[in-house]
Amino acid sequence: MTLIEGHRPITPATGIPVWDVNPYDEAILRDPYEYYARLRELGEVVYIPRYSVLAVGRYATTHKIFADHENFLSSRGVGLNDFALEKGWRERSIILEVDPPEHTKTRKVMARVLSPKVMKTMSDLFRDTAERIVDQIIDQGTIEVVADLAEPYPTTVFPQALGMTESNRRYLVDYGAMVFNSVGPDNALRRNSLRNAGEIIPWITAACARERLTEDGMGAMVYADADKGEITHDEAGLLVRSFLSAGVDTTVTGIGNALWCLSQNPGEWDKLKADPTLFRPAFEEVLRYTSPVHTFGRTAGHATEIAGYPVEEGTKILCVLGAANMDPDKWGDPEVFRIDRKPVGHVGFGAGIHGCVGQNLARAELQALLTVMLERIDRIEPAGDPVWRPNNAIRALDKLPLKLIPK
Amino acid sequence: MVKVTYVDAEGAETRIEAEEGDTVMSAAIANDIDGIVGECGGSMMCATCHCYVDEAWAEKTGPRMDGEDDMLDCAASEVTERSRLSCQVRLTADLDGLVVHLPAEQI
Repeated sequence: MTLIEGHRPITPATGIPVWDVNPYDEAILRDPYEYYARLRELGEVVYIPRYSVLAVGRYATTHKIFADHENFLSSRGVGLNDFALEKGWRERSIILEVDPPEHTKTRKVMARVLSPKVMKTMSDLFRDTAERIVDQIIDQGTIEVVADLAEPYPTTVFPQALGMTESNRRYLVDYGAMVFNSVGPDNALRRNSLRNAGEIIPWITAACARERLTEDGMGAMVYADADKGEITHDEAGLLVRSFLSAGVDTTVTGIGNALWCLSQNPGEWDKLKADPTLFRPAFEEVLRYTSPVHTFGRTAGHATEIAGYPVEEGTKILCVLGAANMDPDKWGDPEVFRIDRKPVGHVGFGAGIHGCVGQNLARAELQALLTVMLERIDRIEPAGDPVWRPNNAIRALDKLPLKLIPK
Repeated sequence: MVKVTYVDAEGAETRIEAEEGDTVMSAAIANDIDGIVGECGGSMMCATCHCYVDEAWAEKTGPRMDGEDDMLDCAASEVTERSRLSCQVRLTADLDGLVVHLPAEQI
């Protein structure tokens, strides 16, 4: 049988709307909001013939499928390739791309290492680094957020928090982009990202080894759990790799997106400046409003159904998280960015047992950085049009020129 | 429908009706119960939906889930043997009438 993007083509059930769209078209990835709206409008579930997949974008259905790990598997890949039929481009992740009971064991180890408690122990590192980086840019007048702030900050604090003895900013950022582009089809984005795989993957693999890590970072905590027998030492190495896959590009994106939201909505910046305790709901609203991970997939593990339509085993389902986070039926006025919305239940970090395990780290990094900025900067103003960087799974900025007006 | 009563740290009671399959956390959010934050949305990553199951219901709600102890360890208020993360308590017909108490602080 001929596979489409590494998975078996399906015959959609009668009644499922068919939409001849390419969700990975670069124009859509740069500005996805019309695509999100049309996807929701067409129905609970839509068939996309180009890739022979189903797609969901209404909040309730998307949330339900994304959290239903019994019917909709992660172990067959969260992209278009079905790992049951074809080998992936790298050794599979033992936390992202597995189901219970394997997942339960590794998740527990990672959740413990990334708990709010452990993050508190790193608050000085996050704060000190934020001060240093903000001090460097504050008098520049105009900055380019991605290059001057969003990339330098996580690529400085994250390797230290993990305990890497040797870091490489470019490799870390590019590896993240590679991982996330690879959940999409075999398009130019994915091919270009994978072009440097031969150079980057060996570096990443080597960086995960125990002897390359300090004894006091998060990496050492993962290896300590291997010493206790909770996981094997090989598994510890693969979990450290998960930090590198999902811990850098995502926070770079989160910082850029947060500053984009706040610079476009000066009233919200002022509210946050007046009451920095609003950081927590503000952060959730940034995630809802921008959906840094816009699309992840699941695979039907057996014949099942979505919204009453039969779904055949092996069906790939694109869960368009960005569309769900902008669903007016759920949010009322989703197009308004409001830092005190408290959008509990948004799917910016996913949902259910696979919900982002690094979310406390993301929260802690962004809180430290924004707190320092709000203390020292009176206003931020757009200094040119933002440019988005298309990626098959991530909605990130490529360039965001901003004017900083210090206090 | 499953009835659930939330008793806040001051002793004020709010009774709501939820669907079977909801969690004690998601039902609280849907009904604007103060005192349950549920920041991570139910992925057991944050300990801001901490509750104390009323003694009379402890047996029916069952034991803690795998990994729940570790996260409860991060809770802002005192953790007792009746402490649960309310996102891990799923409502069934058996739990109709459930009473949970809320801690003074979640963050």
